[in-house]
Amino acid sequence: MAILDVLTLPDPRLRQASQPVTRFDEELRAFIDDLDETRRVGPAAVGIAAPQVGRFQRIAIVDVSAKKGIASHGFLVLVNPEITHWEGFEIGREGCLSVPDFTGNVIRATRIRLGARDPLGEPVELEMEGFEARAVQHEIDHLDGLLFVDRVVSRRTDLFRRKVYQTGRGPV
Amino acid sequence: MTEWSMLTLVGEDRPGIVAKVTDALYKAGCTLGEASMIRLGGNFTIMMMVSGGVCPRDLEEVLSPVAAALGLRVHLDSVDGGLHRHLTPNVQVRVVGADRAGIVAKVTGALAAVGFNILELESDVAGDRRQPVYIMNIQGYSNATIEALEQAVAGLGADGIAVDVAPVETLIG
Repeated sequence: MAILDVLTLPDPRLRQASQPVTRFDEELRAFIDDLDETRRVGPAAVGIAAPQVGRFQRIAIVDVSAKKGIASHGFLVLVNPEITHWEGFEIGREGCLSVPDFTGNVIRATRIRLGARDPLGEPVELEMEGFEARAVQHEIDHLDGLLFVDRVVSRRTDLFRRKVYQTGRGPV
Repeated sequence: MTEWSMLTLVGEDRPGIVAKVTDALYKAGCTLGEASMIRLGGNFTIMMMVSGGVCPRDLEEVLSPVAAALGLRVHLDSVDGGLHRHLTPNVQVRVVGADRAGIVAKVTGALAAVGFNILELESDVAGDRRQPVYIMNIQGYSNATIEALEQAVAGLGADGIAVDVAPVETLIG
């Protein structure tokens, strides 16, 4: 196991889209172990994505179980994740290992469904909401070269927001 | 250590204020730090950390042509301060009520009494002229529990002020 270097802004590599994983082998699983060890050091991150450590493959880890009193699936490794359904939206505050010393408010879907592969290549289907759904959307953004700073909204925005539920469409 | 000045500019809102002010500062060799710029009641207001270049001695002189051209009032303070001193809020307080005197004093007084530190407060008057509605959004830091904060503001409901206290869970990913 090893702690990997985390890329931080303004490193242009964070803007790069990552490629799907095609080989589900021991090397991949060893990398996932290192990626999670990297997540656990430093500020308490609930997620991390492979491109944050300079590996441009569609791999993300999410684990919000340390947060008390919220529903979650526990420790999740998502390989080639794809969100298939979005519902609702809400504002929440986010920060990022790759964006030190800044937090901001971001709109995310409240509930999502997604498909992914596990580290052995087996397909998984998940349904989630709230903080866990937010974390997954944050990590999948990394796989597309997006950072939460690309989505920050004014705090003033939520004075005028009303909850609107849409099905089968992405967050607006 | 960088010496910072807090520059305040206020004037009737119009397009181009930020561009012209910051261009004058840039050409005078100044560096900008954190800033808050917002339209309030038809005015545009700027509070901005500025350092370097002509700061602080000749800053007002450098700004005076652009301030005169744009109708801006300028105020400058030397401040102790620096970058990377953020506090992350852990509580959000939303307030809505029929607009009348004392809402802000009552809500923030109740919060201050339990040691709540306001990091950011934005308020607006919505509704129409006959029935104005005061809306306020506070983000702050508190060691008190959400329940204790709710208890602290509980009495305000009787004054027709709806106060919602919610935790801010900052997601780090």
